[in-house]
Amino acid sequence: MSRRKFDEMSDYDSSRDRKRRRTDAVEIEDRLESLIIRVGEKSTSSLESNLEGLASVLEADINNYKSKILKILSDCAVTMPEKTTIYTTLVGLLNAKNYNFGGEFVDMMAKKLKEALKACMWRTARYVLRFFSDMVNCHVISTNSLLQLLHTLLDTARDDNSPQVRSDAYVYAVLSCLPWVGRELYEKKEQDLERLLKHIEIYIRKRTRKHVPGLRVWRSDRPHPQEEYLDCLWAQICKLRADMWQEKHIARPYVAFDSILCEALQHNIPPLTVPPHHPDNTYTFPWVVFRLFDYTDCPEGPVLPGAHSIERYLIEEHLHNILREHHTERKQCAAVLLDFPLKHKIPLEYMIVEVVLAELFHLPTPKYLEICFGSLLIELCKLQPATMPQVLAQAVELLYDRIDTMNVCCHDRFVSWFSYHLSNFQFKWSWDDWLDAAQLDPMHPRAKFIIEVLQRSMRLSYHQRIAEVVPEQFDCFVPAKPEHIFKYGAETAPEMEGGEVAQRLEACIRAKGNPTEVLQILRELPNPLRDGTEDEPSFNPLQVQIFTQVLLHLGSKSFSHSFAGITKFLKTSQNSCHPQLFEVLVGPNEEAQMVLLREMYEVWAKHQQMLVMLTDKLLRSHIASCATVANWIFSKEMQHDFTRSYIWEILHGTIRKMNKHVARLQKEVNEARERHSGRDSDDSSSDEEDSRPRPTEEEIERMEEKLEAVQADQKNLFLIIFQRFIMILSEHLVRCDTDGRDFNTHWYRWTIGRLQEIFMLHNTQVERYSQTLSTLLFTQDLDPHILDAFNQFVALRS
Amino acid sequence: MTSSVALSSYRDQHFRGSRHLQERKLLNSTTLYVGNVSFYTTEEQLYELFNRAGDVKRIVMGLDKQRKTPCGFIFVEYFCRDDAESCMRYINGTRLDDRIIRCDWDAGFVEGRQYGRGKTGGQVRDEYRTDYDPGRGGYGKIVQQKTILPQS
Repeated sequence: MSRRKFDEMSDYDSSRDRKRRRTDAVEIEDRLESLIIRVGEKSTSSLESNLEGLASVLEADINNYKSKILKILSDCAVTMPEKTTIYTTLVGLLNAKNYNFGGEFVDMMAKKLKEALKACMWRTARYVLRFFSDMVNCHVISTNSLLQLLHTLLDTARDDNSPQVRSDAYVYAVLSCLPWVGRELYEKKEQDLERLLKHIEIYIRKRTRKHVPGLRVWRSDRPHPQEEYLDCLWAQICKLRADMWQEKHIARPYVAFDSILCEALQHNIPPLTVPPHHPDNTYTFPWVVFRLFDYTDCPEGPVLPGAHSIERYLIEEHLHNILREHHTERKQCAAVLLDFPLKHKIPLEYMIVEVVLAELFHLPTPKYLEICFGSLLIELCKLQPATMPQVLAQAVELLYDRIDTMNVCCHDRFVSWFSYHLSNFQFKWSWDDWLDAAQLDPMHPRAKFIIEVLQRSMRLSYHQRIAEVVPEQFDCFVPAKPEHIFKYGAETAPEMEGGEVAQRLEACIRAKGNPTEVLQILRELPNPLRDGTEDEPSFNPLQVQIFTQVLLHLGSKSFSHSFAGITKFLKTSQNSCHPQLFEVLVGPNEEAQMVLLREMYEVWAKHQQMLVMLTDKLLRSHIASCATVANWIFSKEMQHDFTRSYIWEILHGTIRKMNKHVARLQKEVNEARERHSGRDSDDSSSDEEDSRPRPTEEEIERMEEKLEAVQADQKNLFLIIFQRFIMILSEHLVRCDTDGRDFNTHWYRWTIGRLQEIFMLHNTQVERYSQTLSTLLFTQDLDPHILDAFNQFVALRS
Repeated sequence: MTSSVALSSYRDQHFRGSRHLQERKLLNSTTLYVGNVSFYTTEEQLYELFNRAGDVKRIVMGLDKQRKTPCGFIFVEYFCRDDAESCMRYINGTRLDDRIIRCDWDAGFVEGRQYGRGKTGGQVRDEYRTDYDPGRGGYGKIVQQKTILPQS
């Protein structure tokens, strides 16, 4: 008995021991991870002594925790590119103490590079390559082996069968690691370096630049050239080369350890085969570098690095990375931006503003929500109230000065951002500086900017506020008071056809009449389409007109009132014997829907926001179809407002709804397929959430049919829109040609800009139908100006 | 720093259900409560601002229970959680009608929740506050009543 007790106790002890050892191990691993991740952060000791200490700690634990340490280091190399030189130094020190460890690390990174290239993770690949390059500086990798790798990557430039964006990705990666290793290569392998650069130069020269015009924020290169990103980096590298590869920005802790590191033995990077191009591969879209400021814009103090200085590239890349990492937490993002290392050496606020605006105006689409940038700028102004607001104001002045040649997408975003920004600062602005705009044609970009800003500002506040805040010279720009016009009011109704019926209809709906009663009243109206023949007209436009007018008039108090009014005549409860009025009066008949939309416009022409909201409601309620809305936008009745922003708000909203619908159905089909096949594999994870019955093959087929039908609608929508664009633009070009006028009018530029905007904002969806578009619409015989818009879009992926 | 999409410590005392259920609803909610809104802010202004974070499904204006007029809070409901999170990240703490508005997760609008719970019909906070706020009816209710009571 006592022995049993003893055994039990020893079992208990050993299992506790085992547990304790496991938790001890986990604790040590966590501690190592924390030490590695945090090296280089603010500390009481110097970076060099921290690195030395950490290298010793890691070396002691290498035998027990090698794989963990390898993993943490390789992750840090890729996720913290701004600390590249810190981690390469650490790896260098470890390699000096433990050659095998260094070799295993190099192998691990080589694997990481290969995987990144295969998975089209171009940024990761770039950072691995950069890390390799810097490891040459730390004597971990031989220069020859790096040069070999760089040449292998550059060989993709010779491949004529793959898209240019593919070789661009490789050349960009090679160029972007030269700031780290350029000097070393220049000192030890000058001829090889020159050969490398020659290859790159040949490639850069022969690249096409068809994609560039569509990606420029400004058409003009004055005052600052807007360069394509690869051209810009090439120019920056060339200048670095002219400066003997001396750069002052990158901190290099390994310099202090040179005596230790140069004793280390170097490794070779395992040879890499570049994964071939595959049609499913995705590549980064090219972009044009956004240049707003130069050194003359900044006051006395630290100088803004020139456009072709490598410092400009390095700092901008770092700032963009901060945005990428912290954009979901604006307070932290602002704090990290303002705490930029070396902030005293540069005009930090200017560089931050330029980078944030670069992202806001990025083409084809910004990476994050526009309001992300807007709220971030407000946060920056809050944290730095003495300097940030002034820099931002200066930026706005410059943007306004150069707005004449601004891309239409960017003009819209500028308007949207600026009105939002003003709404957070009581709409206070130096409007007097812009008085000259009042003399301009209202379609001039400057005048349009002010008109649209005041419109959006009104939406965020109210009419009187905006009317009062601007100088009287801007009265011509102040939007109309957003009121509705009701044709069948007490005074006007008696003269209108059907006016008496309209008044009774109004009274009926006010008294909460049911749909049957409403329909009864409407049925009293004659049908103007009846032409005396036997044929029954497909709908009664007078019914639609009067019903729309009365309904919208009754709901005119607010959006909610209008929505409620529409909803009332939409749904019928299952047991109701009442007709669904919209179905009866309008239904799928496109002409009837057009009458409805036109009448809605008649009522609410002065309230643009209401038109946007109502169209949205009509689409969501399936009263109007996307195709009809598109045709309505391009109709003669809407020509007057055609260049107003709200029209495009409506059209893009329409396209987006269609896109979302397709995406939703696609997701449902994919999920259904997975559930269908997932059950076969008896996966234990599947019973966690899915109590739904497995979808049958039949159900999936039906879903796929539905998806195909909606995709056909989507294709049709794009075809309609593009066709209409081609028609009105061609008409304009022909007419100008006949009349001997210059075609390049304001209207023309806005319209062609709107065409480009469709390609930009919806490029992923349009891409699906690219083939059809080039066969049916954007054919070679089309006017080159119109065809250009299509070609620029195609060039994004070629 | 706490995440901008984290739950606050507020829990609706009138919520029907367990704390656990309420928390689960909050964590999956697409509805936000927005406070410190001016009495004069219109639905149009609200849609204009909140649509910038994503498509708004609906907005319910908070009303004075007796007067049925806006009393300074609203519910915003988005179609998807991501958009509601964007609202918490980018709109919470910024201005509307010159006032800093505050957004917080809500378990979901239920009929009846659009009314203020203060004794005089508005929000409870407007009963007790002592400052003068022209966008929220001037002085707090208790202060207002004190000033019209005759001196004894």
